[in-house]
Amino acid sequence: MFDINPGLIVWTIVTFVLLAAVLAKFAWKPLLQSLHEREDKISSALEQSEKARAEAAELLKQNERNMARAEEEYQKAIREGKALAEKLKDEIVNKAKQQAQREVQMAKEEIQRDIDAAKQQLRTEVADLAISAAEKILDETLDQQKHKKLVDSFLNQMKAS
Amino acid sequence: MLLQTHTSIADTTQAVADTAQAAGHGEKFNFAHLLDHMKDSRELEFPGGHGELPIHLPTVEIAGITFDFNITKHVFFLLLSAFVLIIFAVAAARQNKKNLVPRGLGNLMEVFIVFMRDEVVLPNMGKAGLRYMPYVLTTFFFILIMNLAGLIPYGASATSNVSVTAGLAIVAFIMIQLAAIRAQGLKHYLAHLTGGVHPVLWPIMIPIEVLGLFTKPFALCIRLFANMTGGHIVILSLIGLIFLFRSWAIAPVPVVFVLGINMLELFVAFLQAYVFTMLTSLFMGLGIQAAHSEEHAEHAEGHH
Repeated sequence: MFDINPGLIVWTIVTFVLLAAVLAKFAWKPLLQSLHEREDKISSALEQSEKARAEAAELLKQNERNMARAEEEYQKAIREGKALAEKLKDEIVNKAKQQAQREVQMAKEEIQRDIDAAKQQLRTEVADLAISAAEKILDETLDQQKHKKLVDSFLNQMKAS
Repeated sequence: MLLQTHTSIADTTQAVADTAQAAGHGEKFNFAHLLDHMKDSRELEFPGGHGELPIHLPTVEIAGITFDFNITKHVFFLLLSAFVLIIFAVAAARQNKKNLVPRGLGNLMEVFIVFMRDEVVLPNMGKAGLRYMPYVLTTFFFILIMNLAGLIPYGASATSNVSVTAGLAIVAFIMIQLAAIRAQGLKHYLAHLTGGVHPVLWPIMIPIEVLGLFTKPFALCIRLFANMTGGHIVILSLIGLIFLFRSWAIAPVPVVFVLGINMLELFVAFLQAYVFTMLTSLFMGLGIQAAHSEEHAEHAEGHH
């Protein structure tokens, strides 16, 4: 079992050398090559995905900033709009109130004027009526001066009443 | 694994049966007879018997050494293992070229290749060792398949023959020197053999250093041979117990033990292939690193 056979040693060396040559060309080279290619591909893919992730994060941050700014602007616009609307409303209401007051005032004045005119007219008509009525009732001719005096006293009586 | 173990037992019992036949003829039971099963021979065992290998090659005598180039059992399994490895490795390479994601055989091969690169070559030799990857991979897979061939029924481990492991160790020796010379340059390599001592001590130092060069591969040779032989001997001895006791009643005990040893052998087949490869790259790495440390030393001196 322990005796060395030089022929077998030569067989082993020759076989090994040929085997190594064949395998190096047809097996190890393509195997290692595809292994390296894959490793490169994986590491570059990882790098790229890392880059894409960073870019996406940056974009997200930017978006958030934009959103915040937009939100702020929109809040501001609403606030300003509200204030403006409030101011406009007050103005309109005030104007309307003033207008209404003026109109009421004017109406009142007109009414007063009408009343005064009516009163005046009524007074003259009543005087005429009273004269004619008195003429008819008394059936006597009085001179104009007496009439006047009579009517005035009558009217004063009426006024007092 | 169980199947392999089972069939390997069948294989072993074939040898034992031969021995038992001899014993049945009134001869005394002899363990040496069992060990014949492990010896290299001109005969090949197969289901239903055994036959002589057909090809006869001449015996050549060169420089007083007789080279017997006949195809023996171990030569047959040596060549068969190489052939099987070529088929597996080339098929794996084809698959991996085709598939972006390796699977099946290609994936299996790649697991070992990546392990060899990341755990054996790179830690021991560094990036400079990557050029030796084909040698390292061939060594690992060739030894592994030869080891496993012994676990297959009617198979034999070529690595359980000391001549085969010697051949592998000679290749390893050449590769170790080659790596060292390539990394250091021939001048520095030879300078290393003097151990860096005073020339007066060279007659002592050089033989010691040269002897040191040979002990490493010698250890590789003996380690692989002994490990692959040891398991087979244990199995044969356990099976032999049945015939020693001349009783079937004792059979279950050795069979259970043989099952365990067979599983252990399967593990050892992988382990020894790894150890041989790992130590070879370690020794190659020593030569490569010596070159690097020298460069550093020279750089440091240059600065002063």
